[in-house]
Amino acid sequence: MTWQSLITMSLGAILIENFVLVRFLGICPFLGVSKKLDTAMGMGMAVIFVMTAASAATWAVQEYLLKPLDIGYMQTVAFILVIAALVQLVEMFLQKAVPALYKALGIYLPLITTNCAVLGVAIINSDNGTGFLESVLFAFLSGVGFTFALLLFATIRQRLEFAEYPDAFEGFPIALVTAGLLAMCFMGFSGLEIFP
Amino acid sequence: MVQYAVLALGGMGIVLGFLLAAAAKLFYVKVDHRIGEIEEALPGANCGGCGYAGCSAFAAALAGGDAEPNGCPAGGSAVAERLSSILGVETVKNTRLTALVRCSGGARARNRFQYEGIGDCHAAMRIAGGYKECPYGCIGLGSCVKSCPFSAISVVDGVAVVDHERCTGCQTCVSSCPKNIIVPVPYYADVNVACSSRDRGASLRRICDIGCLGCRICEKTCIHNAIHIEDNLAAIDFEKCTGCGDCAEKCPRKLIVDAKLDRGSRLMEV
Repeated sequence: MTWQSLITMSLGAILIENFVLVRFLGICPFLGVSKKLDTAMGMGMAVIFVMTAASAATWAVQEYLLKPLDIGYMQTVAFILVIAALVQLVEMFLQKAVPALYKALGIYLPLITTNCAVLGVAIINSDNGTGFLESVLFAFLSGVGFTFALLLFATIRQRLEFAEYPDAFEGFPIALVTAGLLAMCFMGFSGLEIFP
Repeated sequence: MVQYAVLALGGMGIVLGFLLAAAAKLFYVKVDHRIGEIEEALPGANCGGCGYAGCSAFAAALAGGDAEPNGCPAGGSAVAERLSSILGVETVKNTRLTALVRCSGGARARNRFQYEGIGDCHAAMRIAGGYKECPYGCIGLGSCVKSCPFSAISVVDGVAVVDHERCTGCQTCVSSCPKNIIVPVPYYADVNVACSSRDRGASLRRICDIGCLGCRICEKTCIHNAIHIEDNLAAIDFEKCTGCGDCAEKCPRKLIVDAKLDRGSRLMEV
């Protein structure tokens, strides 16, 4: 893998094909935990962590179980099973081994067990048929893209506190309008190429 | 083909299930079960009135013996009793507090200029200390209203008013007020002075229709020697006050709040 392709991949995962704002995956945490910057940061870190770990596990399941048995149509069910078990396992391990990290990620980990962004990255990887390292790297970068979008949105929402808008827009309506505008901005990245 | 799918997924499920069960044993962490019980008994508003980061932090401190069962001002004596029974200690009586906005001005206090900035008291304070003539009075843009986790404050006629039945005494609003005119007072206090102005009567009269002039009528009226004028402002000594309400009746500006008139004597409840 050359460094050009690495940069192209990061740009693709973070900006051009951003998980939240372009692919529209993982909208629930995007709206749910974006009220404050520090909770958004915690959620983002947890998503990066789970996405990376889950893509490694699902790659193995896809390659050594689903493909040899030719049961690719069970992909979604198998992936959800693996991801859910993995997150539970990681949560227990963290509680015992790294209590500090467990406290920081603790409440967010169960939330993203069956998040569509985590499942999405696994399915996109298997659709693209990428190798192990590339899959894990793509998952990590996608997680970074998710965190980036979440942090952007959280800072905007913190400023919205002092903005003046009609009372009817209080809460989720104004958040959804803002998210739509942010998504339109990200549409502008489509077609971006550094190494043509 | 179908049997492969069934076997593969069923096998995966069984293997993962056993793996999780083994992990649960292997990575077992002893957690104080009382923490969960205590958290359920708490109001859960995370107001921070106890001095901890939130209800779960308070619960952990309580289970660890670092906090007292009556440490939750929002829960009042009912919660204190339940916490004491969970912990198995004697109940400590909780003195209920409520917040009082020491200003009655609002629309009756003059403005120095028209303010059209951000609708927030802290923002308004940045411009020459607010747009009210009275430097002590309520700005009325509702920073306290936004801060209250129990929706107990509202702005009526340009001045913040606390609903004492909803107020839990958590004191979140006390620190949210840039003018520092919200103070915790005993819930069972019958009379309160709703003004903070330390201006002399003559100059105050020009800028506010209701503020305390320091006329000493209340001081002379009180037979219990419980109300005194300090710095041109009436102050009540709750130790001596019996809640007779004579001062509230005699006050020419009607700014001593007599809670008895609102909802019967709170002294009866003590």
